Amino acid sequence: MTSTLIDLETRHVNKHYGDFTAVNNVSLKIEKGSFFSILGPSGCGKTTLLRMIAGFDEPDSGDILIQGDSMLGVPPNKRPANMVFQHLALFPMMSVAENVAYGLKQRKVQAAEITKRVNNALESVDLGDSGNKRISQLSGGQKQRIAIARCLVLEPKLLLLDEPLGALDLKLREHMKVELKQMQSRVGTTFIYITHDQSEALVMSNNIAVMNKGSFEQVGSPSDLYYHPETAFTAGFVGDANQWQASVSHIENGVCTAKVSDGLTLTGHINPNDALQTGDLVDVFVRPEAIKIIADHTSQNDQQSNQVDCIVIDLLFNGANSTALLKETISNKELHVALPQTGEYSGLQKGQTITIAWNPEQTHCFKVVS
Amino acid sequence: MKAQSRLFFYLLLTPFFLWLLLLVILPHIDMLGIALREQTAPRQYAFSFSNFSEFFKEPLYWRTFLRTAIMSIVATALTLLIAFPVSYYIAKMLRGRSKSLLFLLCLIPFWVSELVRTYGWMILLRETGVISNALQWLGLVSGPVELLYNDAAIMVGLVYTSMLFMVVPLVTVLESLSDDIIEASYDLGGNMWTTMKNIVIPHAMPGIVSGCIIVFMMTLGNYLTPNLLGGKDSLWFTEQIYTQFITRFNWELGSAFGILLLLLSSLIVWLGLKLTKQTLTSTMAS
Repeated sequence: MTSTLIDLETRHVNKHYGDFTAVNNVSLKIEKGSFFSILGPSGCGKTTLLRMIAGFDEPDSGDILIQGDSMLGVPPNKRPANMVFQHLALFPMMSVAENVAYGLKQRKVQAAEITKRVNNALESVDLGDSGNKRISQLSGGQKQRIAIARCLVLEPKLLLLDEPLGALDLKLREHMKVELKQMQSRVGTTFIYITHDQSEALVMSNNIAVMNKGSFEQVGSPSDLYYHPETAFTAGFVGDANQWQASVSHIENGVCTAKVSDGLTLTGHINPNDALQTGDLVDVFVRPEAIKIIADHTSQNDQQSNQVDCIVIDLLFNGANSTALLKETISNKELHVALPQTGEYSGLQKGQTITIAWNPEQTHCFKVVS
Repeated sequence: MKAQSRLFFYLLLTPFFLWLLLLVILPHIDMLGIALREQTAPRQYAFSFSNFSEFFKEPLYWRTFLRTAIMSIVATALTLLIAFPVSYYIAKMLRGRSKSLLFLLCLIPFWVSELVRTYGWMILLRETGVISNALQWLGLVSGPVELLYNDAAIMVGLVYTSMLFMVVPLVTVLESLSDDIIEASYDLGGNMWTTMKNIVIPHAMPGIVSGCIIVFMMTLGNYLTPNLLGGKDSLWFTEQIYTQFITRFNWELGSAFGILLLLLSSLIVWLGLKLTKQTLTSTMAS
């Protein structure tokens, strides 16, 4: 294995506010040139972590290293990391070009050099002719690009992004996701992106850390997190999932059979980290798109060994993301099932009873920690 | 419906127009009329600029006038210098209870009248006052010291009196500056001074200017503080106006002085707005 450069490393970082633990023993390594996301619900400590990397907060214990140098005690204006703020924090009292030039001016770069680099930076975000505009004259997406250009012009080792897409409307947000990803691979700067929006993290990142209650639940590639969640939190938070609680009745080869209630048992993969025993309670997760609707009751399939009957409660049309809302007849649990718009299921009606089935391979069981 | 809402609009505006007409415009027109006349015989008046030429002929008048203007500008600048860090601290460094507490502390002196506040300063500064006694007790001075009746005492009183009127607009304008913007400046390599100069002060400019206008006008038109703390030597222009109206019973000259003071304050405020590239509307909106 070739040695990869590590742009950011945190070692056992802790941060407390009074009795509240904001960040709990977080260690991570981020490779140079990667797009790393920290994904978690609001209040999970991701902003605190980012602010400690930027230098606005100091960790109570642990160390933060940028390219091997400890950043403890280094103020934000001396760190080789720049931040794109949630509300962008562009300077309204300055023109667009002055905003981009600000960091260079602080470094006492020569005026001619500043002009050149500002123009290049504006060109690189397709806003070459907007230098003289006021910030208020820019659209949401343009502001976003200026906020990024303002940081990238300083050639930081890390670019920290604090949910910068949150304020944009849906269409623009979808567009900016792709643009950010492309921009990152073009400039090659390490991006650290924090968000509560899983689709932002999944689309853009090379690696994602899922954060909950101050600690990392799992770090991995987007597809790893999606297909091989290691904790119940990850399984529930990343992507949509249907969830049951069941008690384990049989364990064999990393697969368990668990009973939800009388007449309803499910089979699924056991999380390798859980030492599971018969009788333990497990959370069972299955993704809406892993479930297949079988119209014909009789066609039993060994592969799809989880099979239940449901009543169609509602059909939620949402283009390619359409789902059917079903009620499972035994446990009365509401389920979401993906409805591919291939015409195959166009005959589905409210109130109809159908059978659904899914593969144990795509069913994940996590031990309930009480 | 439309006519009704228009009637309502005018009714709402009526008190404002009445105030403007009766208390601002009419008295000033009348004052200008008095200032521009000269008594030729008992109950006989003629149009004349003599009151204004009197002002320029007598050095005491225009020197007092200039002195008042300069002292007021200095007092305004001092008030700004002291109030800015205080306001920044209240608006940006404090949170929650301690913030409102400190803001309230700025307000407390204004629960008593200006007269009482000024007498408070006299108790501190006079020859037999607290500071003089303390200095003697500490052995720093051999005899009683008179700290009252000089320009420094006037300045202290004026700055103290004006403080709140600078702090309020500054706190308001600084609170509207998002913390993100200050942090962004640091993040991009700025230090405390460059952040102040490039971010905080430009943002606070409307508040600074409106605070300065209020304080300057209050100081220029102040009578009580210079008179009590400066004594006979205070030479404040409002005292000249008082003397003309009340002691000398020369309403003509007094009115001319009043008009001149109005022109002076308008001129300096206009200059201040020009220099800081602010407009009156933008500063008053802050």
